[in-house]
Amino acid sequence: MVENRPLLNLVSHIILICGIAIVALPIWITFVAASHDAVRMTQAPIPMLPGGHFWANFKQTLFGSGLSGGDIAPVWRMLFNSLMMALMIALGKIAISLISAFAIVYFKFPFRMGFFWMIFITLMLPVEVRILPTFEVVANLGMLNSYWGLSIPLIASATATFMFRQVFLTIPDEMLESARIDGAGPMRFFWDIVIPLSRTNIAALFVILFIYGWNQYLWPLLITTDSDMTTIVMSIKQMLEAAEQSPQWNIIMMTALLAMIPPVFVVVAMQRLFVQGLTETDK
Amino acid sequence: MATITLKDLVKAYGLTEVLHHVDGQINDGEFVVIVGPSGCGKSTLLRMVAGLETVTSGQIKIADRVVNEMEPADRDIAMVFQNYALYPHMSVRQNMAYGLRIRKISKSEIDRRVQEAADILEIGDYLDRKPRQLSGGQRQRVAMGRAIVRDPQVFLFDEPLSNLDAKLRVQMRLEIRKLQQRLGVTSIYVTHDQVEAMTLGDRLMVLNGGYVEQFGTPIELYDKPATLFVAGFIGSPAMNILPGRASGGHLELANGARIEGGAAKDGAVTLGIRPEHLSADDGGQIRITVGLFEHLGANTLLHGTLEGTDAEMVASLPGHVSAEPGSVMAFSISRDLVHLFDPETDRRIEE
Repeated sequence: MVENRPLLNLVSHIILICGIAIVALPIWITFVAASHDAVRMTQAPIPMLPGGHFWANFKQTLFGSGLSGGDIAPVWRMLFNSLMMALMIALGKIAISLISAFAIVYFKFPFRMGFFWMIFITLMLPVEVRILPTFEVVANLGMLNSYWGLSIPLIASATATFMFRQVFLTIPDEMLESARIDGAGPMRFFWDIVIPLSRTNIAALFVILFIYGWNQYLWPLLITTDSDMTTIVMSIKQMLEAAEQSPQWNIIMMTALLAMIPPVFVVVAMQRLFVQGLTETDK
Repeated sequence: MATITLKDLVKAYGLTEVLHHVDGQINDGEFVVIVGPSGCGKSTLLRMVAGLETVTSGQIKIADRVVNEMEPADRDIAMVFQNYALYPHMSVRQNMAYGLRIRKISKSEIDRRVQEAADILEIGDYLDRKPRQLSGGQRQRVAMGRAIVRDPQVFLFDEPLSNLDAKLRVQMRLEIRKLQQRLGVTSIYVTHDQVEAMTLGDRLMVLNGGYVEQFGTPIELYDKPATLFVAGFIGSPAMNILPGRASGGHLELANGARIEGGAAKDGAVTLGIRPEHLSADDGGQIRITVGLFEHLGANTLLHGTLEGTDAEMVASLPGHVSAEPGSVMAFSISRDLVHLFDPETDRRIEE
């Protein structure tokens, strides 16, 4: 819609600027807090302009023991744990969903729709609901305090399976028939035709699932007792209670800032594919 | 090259039979067009030959091998689809080479064959483009190229021209015909367009409701349609179908108009009169009340009704003709151009 009304322009700009301010203010405060020393952060009022300790805080947080007084892993270790967990969850979910959607769409076998619905019904069983039995299984398998324990229970995905099913249904049947005449077997068809044609959808899903994995809080909190295996999202909360002194806001905020970087990087890097994957319907 | 034999072929989905006991032989190097209205089973028949549909009963033989249970890839066929089915993420070259690569043919041989096909089809300039960067006609050529590089025993075409505009369709039609004659590959071509069928096919198989109505050369179908359906389907504009009677050495139309020369047997008959066989004749017996004219340039189509009845009729007249709507024009036709059908069975009455 193109309109030429100065007043309307002004109003829409004001609304947008207010919106940005509301969204950006907490991030700004995080940044500002991360750049002051610990003493300044305990005084009221909280500062609104950056201080001079950003790099010092950065080094101490990332490579030092972080918080003074607590037995907490250095933040780079938590970042690495989170990254491993998020990547394993995202890639695992994509791999499993692709294969199960492929089976459901392209193969005729008894109870095909039954299996589809069984997968679909698990949508109603998020981790929070099945947390006790899942914990029991993971503990019996000896997967506590490991990357496997962090990722495998979260790896099956009805949503992604359903999404890939819809994507595969938009691939014309002639594509399959043409590949059959060309002599491609099922797996060849999967690798050569189906995967390349779902490329943008895989990318879009990767973004969503990576962030989903990164933001996991409850599950890592339950199964990691070893401080070497903690993830960054759960640690931020722990940091608040770690020491007996008042919270060290500068370090905590720096950790929060660092925790934001990987998801932002993934979103920015894959933005173009992400939008294509969610909007493109033409095959 | 190969002969294709269809023997007592049946296709059923559950209890619904969609193809009924189709027989036929397609000779080595022959171009056969399967034609019929939509839903007549023509695509199903083609896809059974391709191996994309299972055979309920009967037999399909390609070059003396029964292929009923064979995978499409093992039947030594190539197929051109209506929407071309090019792989959108592969370049034209990759599209054409894909089948060969799977067959593990050597790189140099693939390059040679792709180049050769590209030369034949004049698509050498865009071998490295993606299908989406091509126009409809170019995609069509690539789809044919993909069939040619395989060097198969049989080409199968599933309405390959229906997505093109009218002018391009006529052009591609000629090219397909020339190409097939040059390569001499046995071909089956499915279409619903009778003009396409008449111009392309050595022989036509007319299907209707899963039955083969007639299988013969275009001229046979035009001159001696075996059934009323074929009579109405082949020829443009369509044949006029009129009820009438044969008695005492002449044929009589519903309004009493007579055509001299009787039938083998007296009684009710269905008359088939091609619009182009009606000739304007002021003393003619067949009088048509003028409805409207279609001016095609070289000839004029008169749409009207048989005088005194509401049976619609079309006449094709050479040159430019016009008359007041509602006025009457007289025509005559020689007896040997009138087709007679049995009104009970709709089959041709042999004379």
